[in-house]
Parts: sequence; C-alpha cells; structure tokens
Amino acid sequence: MTETVVTPPSGRTVRKAAPGEARTPRRSGRRRVALPYLLLLPALLLELLVHLVPMLMGITMSFRELTQFYIRNWSEAPWTAFDNYSVAIDFDAPVGQALLKSFLTTCTFTVLSVGLCWLLGTAAAVFLQENFRGRGFLRTLFLVPYALPVYAAVITWAFMFQRDNGLVNHVLHDQLGIGDSPAFWLIGDNSFWALLVVSVWKGWPFAFLTVMAGLQNIPRDMYEAAALDGAGVWKQIRHITLPSLRSVNQVLVLVLFLWTFNDFNTPFVLFGKAAPEAADLISLHIYQSSFQTWNFGTGSAMSVLLLLFLLVVTGVYLLLTTRGRKTSDV
Amino acid sequence: MSEHAVRRTAPRSPMAAPRSFLWTRRIFLALLTAFVVLPVYVMVSSSLKPLKDVSGKFEWFPSGLTLRPYADIWETVPLADYFVNSIVVAGAATVFSVVVAVFAAYAVSRYSFRGKRVFTVTVLSTQMFPGILFLLPLFLIYVNLGNATGIALFGSREGLILTYLTFSLPFSIWMLTGYFDSIPRELDEAAKVDGCGPVKALFRVIIPAATPGIVAVAIYAFMTAWGEVLFASVMTTDSTRTLAVGLQGYATLNDVYWNQVMAASLVVSVPVVAGFLLLQRYLVAGLTAGAVK
Repeated sequence: MTETVVTPPSGRTVRKAAPGEARTPRRSGRRRVALPYLLLLPALLLELLVHLVPMLMGITMSFRELTQFYIRNWSEAPWTAFDNYSVAIDFDAPVGQALLKSFLTTCTFTVLSVGLCWLLGTAAAVFLQENFRGRGFLRTLFLVPYALPVYAAVITWAFMFQRDNGLVNHVLHDQLGIGDSPAFWLIGDNSFWALLVVSVWKGWPFAFLTVMAGLQNIPRDMYEAAALDGAGVWKQIRHITLPSLRSVNQVLVLVLFLWTFNDFNTPFVLFGKAAPEAADLISLHIYQSSFQTWNFGTGSAMSVLLLLFLLVVTGVYLLLTTRGRKTSDV
Repeated sequence: MSEHAVRRTAPRSPMAAPRSFLWTRRIFLALLTAFVVLPVYVMVSSSLKPLKDVSGKFEWFPSGLTLRPYADIWETVPLADYFVNSIVVAGAATVFSVVVAVFAAYAVSRYSFRGKRVFTVTVLSTQMFPGILFLLPLFLIYVNLGNATGIALFGSREGLILTYLTFSLPFSIWMLTGYFDSIPRELDEAAKVDGCGPVKALFRVIIPAATPGIVAVAIYAFMTAWGEVLFASVMTTDSTRTLAVGLQGYATLNDVYWNQVMAASLVVSVPVVAGFLLLQRYLVAGLTAGAVK
C-alpha cells in the first residue's frame, strides 16, 4: 500500500526530469546567463535615470557657477572649481554661518528625535509583547501616525500650535495657567520644540513596527528558562529582550538617523516655505537657498557636503557597532 | 510537591508580571495613547465644527455639529482635481514599482551572477541620499529632456510617476528578496519538473506564494507616493498638482478656514489609513521575513 503511494510521484519525477535535463544543454548557455540581467534591467535603468545620473550631475554642478542664466543650458555654466564650496564653508560670511547654524540645529534635532522615537517604539513594543485585553486594538492604533500622509498629520499639528486658536496654548495657558501670555510656537525659539514633537509623533511608530517584528524572533523558551531560574519580568527584559534586539537596533537607529537628518517634509509643511531660524533643518535650508536665489551651484555644493557627512557618519557607525558586536559575541 | 507544581505552571506565563510592571505598562500605554490620539481627535472634531468655533479660542467640544466643511472643501480649492492627480500618480507608481521590484527581487533571490552585490549595495545606498541632492539635477534633466525631445516630464504626471516609482524601489526589492528567500526552492524545482521555464515559475509559483510580501510592498509604495511633498512641490504645475501640495492651498489663503483644512486632511487620509490598517498584517509579516533576518 505504501509502496503504491510513494512510487507514482517519484516515478513521475524521474520520467519528467529526463527530457527536461536533455533539453537543458540546448536551452542554457547565453539565455541562462542573460536572464538575471534582463530581470534586473528595468530596476537598473530607473535607478540610473532618477538617482545615479542626477547625483553625478549634482556633483558636477557643484563645481560650476550655475545661476538662473544657465538653467536652460547647464553644461555651459562656467567651471569654478571649489568656489561654491568655499562659499558654503566660509563660516565668517553670512552664507556659511547660516549653513553651519542649520547643520548644528539639525544635529541636535536628529539626536533628540531619534532617541525619543527609539525609546517610545521599543517601550511600546516590549509592553505589547504579552497578550492582554485591548492589545490588538492598541497595536493598530499606534500605527495610525505612520499611516497618515505626512502633510495631513503635520497640518493638523500646525493647527494645534496656532497661538490664538490652537489646542496647545489652550491647554498650557488657559487651562494650566503656564506663562503670562499665550506663546508663539511656529515662530521664534519655541519652533524647535514644536518641530521635535511633530517629528517624534510621526516617527516613533516605525521604530515600534520594526522592534515588534524583531521581538517575534526571540525564542519563547529563553523566557521560560529565565523564569525557571527565578528572573522577574524586569530582569527578563533587561537580560533577554534588549540584548536580543541588538541587530535590529543597529539597522533601525541608522535608518531613523538618515530619515530624520534628511527630513524635509515635516518642517516644510509645518512652517511653510520659510522656517524660523531655530527650526531651520538642513534640507529645507538648502532648498530655500537654491530656489530663492536660483543659485543651484552653491546649493549642489551644500548637498554634496551633506552627502559626505552622512557617508562618514554611516561608515563610522557601522564600523563601531559591528566591531562592538563581534567582541561581545566572543 | 506544591512548590514543584508552582514551578511547573510558571513557564506557561513566563511574564507573569509583578505590580510594578503592570502599573508602569498601564501608565505608559495610557500616556502614549493620549499622545497618538490627540491630533486625530482634533482633526475629526474640528472638521465638524462651524467656522466660528475654529476661529476663536480652541474648544474641546464643538458648540454645534455641521457637515458644511465637507461640502465647502471642494469649492475653496480644486480638491477633486488634486485627488484625481494623486490617485493616478500614486496608483501608477505603485503598479510599476511592484512589477519592477518583483522581477529584480526574483533575480537577486534565485540567481547568482556577477555584479549582484554591487547592485544590491548601490540600490540600498540610494536610500541614504538626501532628496535635495538629486532634486535640482532631476529638475534640470526633466526640463532639458522636455526641450530637446518634446517628452514632457517636468510638470506632468508621467514625470512624477517615474520619480515616485524609484523612491519605493530600493526598500521593495530588499523586502521582496527576503520574502522570496523564505520560499522553499523545492517549489521552483517542482515547477521546472512540470515544464515551467524560469519566468513561468515566477508567475505560477513564486508570486502566489509571496502574496503577503507583495501586498506589503504595494502598500509601502502607495503610501510613499501619496505622501511625498518635496518633489511634488517642484515638479508639478497647476493642472498636475497632487494633494501633498494642494492641501497647503488652504493655509495660504488670507483667512484660513481651519474646519475645512481639517475636513480636507481627513478626507485625503481615509484611503491610505483604511488601506493600511486593513492590510497591516501583511506589512508586519513582510517586514518580519524581509527586514529582520
């Protein structure tokens, strides 16, 4: 009985494989080698057209005096070597000073935002690890900020931060009595904190989603073994959950860092085209200085400097975190 | 003996938690929920308020409920046109991006070929380029290409579709490669035995088995295109404006009708949020297989 069940498939396999194998030598050769490249071709062409060629062009543009007169024919713009770069990093002149200030603001902003996003995301994922009533609902609810289109969410925050008719001042000033008069949130120094709140609100669910996916890979018996050894919940979190998340965190923190550092959408929608100085993130700063003065050469030089900075930080980060992981594994 | 029994039940709920843990969890989750819900509440409640309620001091509860803002939003700015543009652009970008990503991920997952590592690293590293770096050159390329060949990429939906579909491509390829890797190769072999070529095997075997991953990638691509602001603000003209730029039209008017702004924000959010929440299961599954390895 078992014999008959097993035999047909294996018999079929042998019978069908034979002509297939006989055909392969004829059909393979060039087609076999070319196929993966053919499959990749569309992706490759698109990446070339939209990312790589423009990037190389951007690097060339940074060495030219590319003002509005040369927009239609950018290859005729005069070659100026490193002039654009010296303008961008001359920290005694207004342009360089503004760039440096914007850069430092962006650094502070990114560290705070990434730290808070990671903290909220990890804490929420850990607290939602065990089943309890309402867990599924909260998990869905927490993803809403991630699912909302950036502009819709940020416009709502802009309304909440309005001085005279916003919710924030109503709560802080009218209901809690903080401050003599309602504060401005979208201009002046407060705008930094307003931007930070919006950025964290929008960004932490991604950390939550990623950590949640990472938690599913921790084998359950590790907790069971720890519980048998008498480790309480807090100890289990500290000694099992957090260390197991290390490789997830390595990628997560890097991705959050790059996204936050390059963030354009949030300040652009929150403040309109002119961001207050306290919240002048670097992408918006470059955009403004390019499109207001139509000096694409200097704008490109600033973008290239930004790219170099991100490359160096990413390289150092990967080096440090990978080495740290290796030594701790040993 | 009794101690033994206690010990044996312990593993069933290894996180059987002390009070301190339960209370920390309760307080933390309550505060976080409030933080998450607050803007959503403001959006929904303000969209139902009469204009005088949103022009004066903020009130937690509307003095009267009205649906007027939902009728007026279509008149104040040409929201319907923006809607159509966004749907066409995001829809087309999603379809093309998914198709291109499926082919590329199939190649990376199932074949070894020269330049494979260069390809994956290059594609992934484009994620880290600041958008502003290739915005200016891309703007020039589109303008000049239009002047030279007559193909209108600048200011057209096609140009925006082309741009957006590459935005989601790197992450989609990465995620799908991980997903395809998790599909046993025996399935391909079986298909080959049945006389399928590699392309037929992709359509007959891999794509049906990878549906959750493909759905996840599609959601991601659609959300990326639907929410993008920077390129939309430079690459569109009045007739091709998408919601991302169009919605700011309310805020630049002399009098900002905040109840209409909130109503419009809600209306443009519903399609993506509903789609996302319905399909989030796939996204988490896709992330688990693709990203966390």
